[in-house]
Amino acid sequence: MQLVELAHARSGDKGDTANVGLIALRPEYYPTLVKQVTAARVARHFKGMITGPVERFELPNLHALNFLLHGALDGGGTISLKTDAQGKVLSTALLRLVVELPR
Amino acid sequence: MTPGQGFWGDWLEAPHRQVTGGPVDYLMMDYLAEVTMSILQKQKSRDPSLGYAKDFVPSMERILPIVAERGIKVTANAGGVNPRACAQAVADVARRLGLGGKLRIGIVTGDDLLGRLEGLLARGHELRNLDTGRPLSDVRDRVLAANAYLGARPIVEALRQGADVVITGRVTDTGLTLAPMIHAFDWPADAWDLLAAGTVAGHTIECGAQCSGGNCLVDWKRIPDLANVGYPIVEARPDGTFEITKHRGTGGRISVAGVTEQLVYEMGDPAAYITPDCIADFTTIRLEQAGRDRVRVSGVRGRPATEKLKVSVAYFYGYKAVGTLVYAWPDAYEKARAADRVLRRRLESLGLRFEAIHTELLGADATHGRLALEDLAVEGLPEVQLRIGVRSPDRAAVERFTRELAPLILNGPPSVTGFAGGRPKPEEIVAYWPALLDKSMVEPCVEIVEV
Repeated sequence: MQLVELAHARSGDKGDTANVGLIALRPEYYPTLVKQVTAARVARHFKGMITGPVERFELPNLHALNFLLHGALDGGGTISLKTDAQGKVLSTALLRLVVELPR
Repeated sequence: MTPGQGFWGDWLEAPHRQVTGGPVDYLMMDYLAEVTMSILQKQKSRDPSLGYAKDFVPSMERILPIVAERGIKVTANAGGVNPRACAQAVADVARRLGLGGKLRIGIVTGDDLLGRLEGLLARGHELRNLDTGRPLSDVRDRVLAANAYLGARPIVEALRQGADVVITGRVTDTGLTLAPMIHAFDWPADAWDLLAAGTVAGHTIECGAQCSGGNCLVDWKRIPDLANVGYPIVEARPDGTFEITKHRGTGGRISVAGVTEQLVYEMGDPAAYITPDCIADFTTIRLEQAGRDRVRVSGVRGRPATEKLKVSVAYFYGYKAVGTLVYAWPDAYEKARAADRVLRRRLESLGLRFEAIHTELLGADATHGRLALEDLAVEGLPEVQLRIGVRSPDRAAVERFTRELAPLILNGPPSVTGFAGGRPKPEEIVAYWPALLDKSMVEPCVEIVEV
């Protein structure tokens, strides 16, 4: 299934880096996110769309993961020519990722 | 405490609604985005009485009688690059409202480094770009604004001196909320857990309604009455715990899931949220639903602040322009792509040099790129908006690009419309240069104006 069924998300920017906060819709989904939505997996998902590496941070207290997508915004802020110059909806692009929910 | 503006351009009704909708002690108004300072610096260079967030003055005019009557205090970074002029404008309005002798305005300055850059660079402060590592000397002759992010401390000092309205230049968004808590609860300068808790409170409400149901993805269809959305309220306690709620009878929603969305917004390393006041650890935050539209926040841990301040430098980068055309079914997507190819070939044969040419097909791939196209039947799209942008240090190249769009209407692919807005205009790009500076080099200054 797509992540959108297991998680919600919000994203923002810092210069040319976008952050995507990914939050489990139920606490019991969180381990699945930790296991399957790795930095490497997210980097593959966005391949060709971002120029830098992907970092991942865990927030088990909030059942959330935070991803930093470096080089995601065509220079970012005022430089960027993108409609989504601040990466506001990159969060929803991550929710397209397909994961498997263990039984 | 409640926010009245999450950014410059936020809902004009919000400050009035927040001070009249129920009891509040502090109103926090955030106006300064990263690029705002350069715009304000430009305004100030044309007219020395400008350079602040002008919208703040009519907002205050509307609420000052209520604020004065109820003893509500206001913290605002509306001062931009000219907090004294902003304070003067607010004082003039207050006197006109008959509040002479009844109001004190605090002014926080010391963040503006534009006039000090030569000295700082000469003394070996290189202000290297945090992202690229380049020294500021690379772009020194193109710098338009330079400001250090001050923390809560000078605002606390203004409140301590009896200010009812505190107007600052560049301070952190979180400092505007943390300062009233330090002031009201007399938190010591090294109470890192408490300072971190206040910082988390600030981060939670700094974007206004974005934590009370606005721009909230989780369960968004069932969030009630956004037309009447209530901005969040922090009910803070001396022990660093706080609850987030909103005025009764307002729309929106305060839920653990919605607050969590705001907590992760613009997040870097969650264990090290660095401000001038402390380092907050967002992995220690505990949230629980404590009633309808009420979330309790506890457990926040913090660490000592660093010896650096963040500096935001704005500099001239070059020019850009973005133009659009709309293509209709049949083959809307293919027509838009064909038009893009034609345009690019013409730009190339004109010998125009661009740092970047960026094409998006709105309605298909603009926000999700190739991820969207994987499950999309593009043949059926009723329309697609072609959006092309260019960027260059050469203004003439950008200007010529803006003249190459309209001809496509008659000499490019068919079924094109949506050009009523006319030729796009080249824009100057003011870019942002983040750096760090030793705290000891910045001396915040607090003044009080009696109205």
